Amino acid sequence: MAAYIKAISYYLPETILSNQILVEEFPEWSVEKIAKKVGVVNRHVVKNDECASDLAQHAALSLFDEWNIDKSCIDFVLLCTQSPDYFLPTTACLLQRHLGLRTSCGALDFNLGCSGFVYGLALAKGLVESDTANNVLLLTAETYSKYIHERDKGNRTIFGDAATATLVSADGFAEIGSFELGTDGNGADNLIVRSGAMRHPDRFEDIAFDKSGNPVSSDHLYMNGSEIFNFTLDTVPSVVDNVLAKNGVRQDDVSLYVFHQANKYMLDCLFDLMEIDEHKAYFYMSEVGNTVSSTIPIALVEARKEGRLRGNVVVAGFGVGYSWGGCILKCK
Amino acid sequence: MNIDQFVSDFAECFDDTEAEVFTPTLKFKELEEWSSLQGLAIIAMCRKSYGIRISGAEIQEADTIQDVYALVSEKLG
Repeated sequence: MAAYIKAISYYLPETILSNQILVEEFPEWSVEKIAKKVGVVNRHVVKNDECASDLAQHAALSLFDEWNIDKSCIDFVLLCTQSPDYFLPTTACLLQRHLGLRTSCGALDFNLGCSGFVYGLALAKGLVESDTANNVLLLTAETYSKYIHERDKGNRTIFGDAATATLVSADGFAEIGSFELGTDGNGADNLIVRSGAMRHPDRFEDIAFDKSGNPVSSDHLYMNGSEIFNFTLDTVPSVVDNVLAKNGVRQDDVSLYVFHQANKYMLDCLFDLMEIDEHKAYFYMSEVGNTVSSTIPIALVEARKEGRLRGNVVVAGFGVGYSWGGCILKCK
Repeated sequence: MNIDQFVSDFAECFDDTEAEVFTPTLKFKELEEWSSLQGLAIIAMCRKSYGIRISGAEIQEADTIQDVYALVSEKLG
């Protein structure tokens, strides 16, 4: 039995953080120039009382509505998030209630960032192919904006909040091929929120500002951009090579590459390094930003609207952990 | 690899600063245009043009273009 993506939708919170707003907040900074390089014009961010489950619920309801799906068919929920509503209970269990799904439905959260959607596809495929579940609702939902310091202009320019919903079943429009997955915990310190969980439950209150006026704080999202950049350039080319080899697909037979939409500058460098034709490189971030585990499914929705999801589509996610994963979607 | 070519490659990592400003002794982090994105551009340039991986910390330790050139030269062996 094979597993397929049968339906896919996404949701963006209403509040928009535009470049214009960032220019007003950081008049000393060439926001327009930076934003042009990173490829983001607008990002959506949650209000204080909006959480990952709220976004995921909207995304799931959009999926049911747009694809005419009877929610009673859902027999497993996988939620990828690093910003859960609570330490416990599991946010996926809250979503079973909020979405009115049947109680004979498995549900669990898994904690991954930019590689999360690909891992979710791998888990969902395993559930379907092992006959453990027939219709897996794979959700990604992230509210990184809550982790970012308000004076952190770099991360505020890049990241946006969003949620996506994907139905994985025994039929659909994109067969899920073989995976290449990997992990290197040595990179943990390069993308991290240090306080708040059990290792350091109390805030460090150690904020300092670097020469450029950027805050560095253990109580907020910290990203070492140059290390993440090097990690990506080190890792992704071989991930893609291995995905192609495992699936018996030649580079010439790939119709589209949908990578994690980290930022345009990084993807430009990556595609350049990998010598991938620009017409096979997919970008969708200008109106949403880097939405962490939601970037790939959002890009898949948009590519499908444009009629570009045909043939062999390579997806690859990479980031926090470090964690990475890739696979091929064989699209009809 | 020679310093003139390296300075020229280095200058291409910047958009707004005139090419003639770039010399081996330029303290590039004092340029008005300097930002973390230029740091990424230098990392990418060293990889693409010289096949050398340099880190953000190594760029932070360098003051002049000559310092980065020496780093790349050392790694090239």
